[in-house]
Amino acid sequence: MTSSFETTSNPIHAAHGEPLVVLENVEKHYGDFHALKNINMTVNKGEVVVVIGPSGSGKSTLCRTINRLETITSGEIRIDGKALPKEGKALAALRADVGMVFQSFNLFAHKTILENVTLGPIKVRRRAKAEAEKDARALLERVGVAVQADKMPAQLSGGQQQRVAIARSLAMKPKVMLFDEPTSALDPEMINEVLDVMVHLAAEGMTMIVVTHEMGFARKAADRVVFMADGEIVEEAAPEEFFSNPKSDRAKDFLSKLLTH
Amino acid sequence: MDPLINNLDIFVPAFRNTIILFVVSGVAALILGTVVGGMRVSPVPIMRGVGTVYVNFIRNTPLTLLMFFFAFGYPKLELGNLSYMTLAIIALSLYTATYVAEVIRSGFNTVPVGQAEAARAIGLPFGQTMSLVILPQAFRAVIPPLMSVFIALLKNTTVAAGFSVFEAGAIRAYLSERGEPAIVVLLWVAAIFVVLVTVLSLVQRRLENKWRVAR
Ligand SMILES: Nc1ncnc2c1ncn2[C@@H]1O[C@H](COP(=O)(O)OP(=O)(O)O)[C@@H](O)[C@H]1O
Ligand SMILES: [Mg+2]
Repeated sequence: MTSSFETTSNPIHAAHGEPLVVLENVEKHYGDFHALKNINMTVNKGEVVVVIGPSGSGKSTLCRTINRLETITSGEIRIDGKALPKEGKALAALRADVGMVFQSFNLFAHKTILENVTLGPIKVRRRAKAEAEKDARALLERVGVAVQADKMPAQLSGGQQQRVAIARSLAMKPKVMLFDEPTSALDPEMINEVLDVMVHLAAEGMTMIVVTHEMGFARKAADRVVFMADGEIVEEAAPEEFFSNPKSDRAKDFLSKLLTH
Repeated sequence: MDPLINNLDIFVPAFRNTIILFVVSGVAALILGTVVGGMRVSPVPIMRGVGTVYVNFIRNTPLTLLMFFFAFGYPKLELGNLSYMTLAIIALSLYTATYVAEVIRSGFNTVPVGQAEAARAIGLPFGQTMSLVILPQAFRAVIPPLMSVFIALLKNTTVAAGFSVFEAGAIRAYLSERGEPAIVVLLWVAAIFVVLVTVLSLVQRRLENKWRVAR
C-alpha cells in the first residue's frame, strides 16, 4: 500500500460493491430554512447505512430526497448511475426501484393486507394477479403476517402493519430500501419484531438506508453510521467506532442523551 | 288525490324529464367535477390554474344566467341544433360540476398525506395514485356533502322550465290552463320532490356503509 490516503479515506465501504446511491453537494431549502447543507454521501450495493441525529436535523428530509418525495434546491442525486428524473413516468419508474418504509406505516386503508402488497406489482410491474398474489403471500409469510392476508390494515397491530409495509416495498423488488424511523411509532414490545425482519433483510444483502435511533440494530446490521446535525453530515464511522468513540462534540452530546433516556 | 290522478298525463312525462335532467347532469357533473377536483390538486401549475378559473367563473355565475346563455346564446353560435333539453343538461352539468369539484377537493384533504406518499413511493403515477388510492378513500368522506350537491341539482332542474323544457317546474303552468288550483298542484309537486330526495338519502346510506374505511 503506497497511499495512506486510500486506506484512511475509504476504510468502511471496502467490503461492498458499486456505488448505488450517490448524493453530491445536495442542498435543500424550505423557504428560508436551510434543511440540508452540502450533503455528500455514497451508499454501495449491499451496504446498510444507519442515519442518526437529533430531531429536526434533516434525516427524514434526506431520506425523502432520495426517491424525490422532496425536491432538492441544488446538487445531484444518482441511483444506479442515473440522475433522479424530475417528474412523470421516469420518476415513477425510479420510485418503483426504491422501497420506502414510513414511520406511520401508511398502509392503504381501504385495501386488504394482500391487496396492499399486490397493488404495486400488478399496476406498476404489470404482473398477472394470480402470480402477484402468490408472491405476496410468500412475502407475508416471510415477515410473519401471512394469517392476516385478508384483513384490513386497521385490524392489525402497529408491528404487524409495519411488517406488511416492508413486504409491500419488497414486492417491488427494489434496488435499495429507505426506512424513516420505522419503529418510532411502535409500542416497545413490537419494536423487535420489526427490527428482526430488517436484520434478516440486511443479512440477505439488501442495500438499506435506515433512519433509526435503535443502536442494537445499528450494531447488528449496519456497515456505517452517518450522524447528522442541523442539516449537515457531521460524522460517519463504523457503528462500533461511532458509539464507543464518537469524534465530534455534537455526536458525544447526542449519544450521552440517547443513553440516559 | 284528484289533481294528481286526473293529470297523470302531465305529471308523469314532466317528472320523467326531471329525472332525466337529474340523472344525466348528475353523472356528467360527477365525472367532470372529479376531474376538475383532481386538477385542482395536480402538481402541474397549468392544470391547477385551469381548474381554479373554471370553478370560480362558473360557480359565481347564477344558474339562470348560465341557462340563459345556453338557451339563447348557443343557437346564435350556429354550431348545430341542440334541443333545449340537451342545452339544459349541459348548463346543469357545468354548473353542478363546480360544486362537485369543491367537495371532492375537500375530500382529498381528509385522506392522510401519507397515503399519497406511499402510493407514489411504490411507483404509481399521479393518475393512479388518485384513482386507486386517494379517490376511493375521499369518496367515502364526501358522500354526505356530495348528496347535498345532488339534492340541490334535483331542485335546480326546475330552472329549466323557464327555458322551454317540459319538466316538473312547468307542471303548474300547464295545469292552471286546465283550471287546477295552483297551490294544490304545487303541493303535489313538492311532495313528489320529497319522495325523490328520500330515495337519494337511502342511496347515501347504502354508499356510506359500503365505502366505510376503518382507520
Ligand atoms: N415541509 C416542510 N416545510 C418546512 N419545513 C420543514 C418541512 N419538512 C421539514 N421541515 C423542517 O426541516 C427540518 C428537518 O426536518 P426533518 O428532516 O423532518 O428532521 P428529522 O427527520 O431529522 O427529525 C426541521 O427543522 C423541520 O421543521
Ligand atoms: Mg424524521
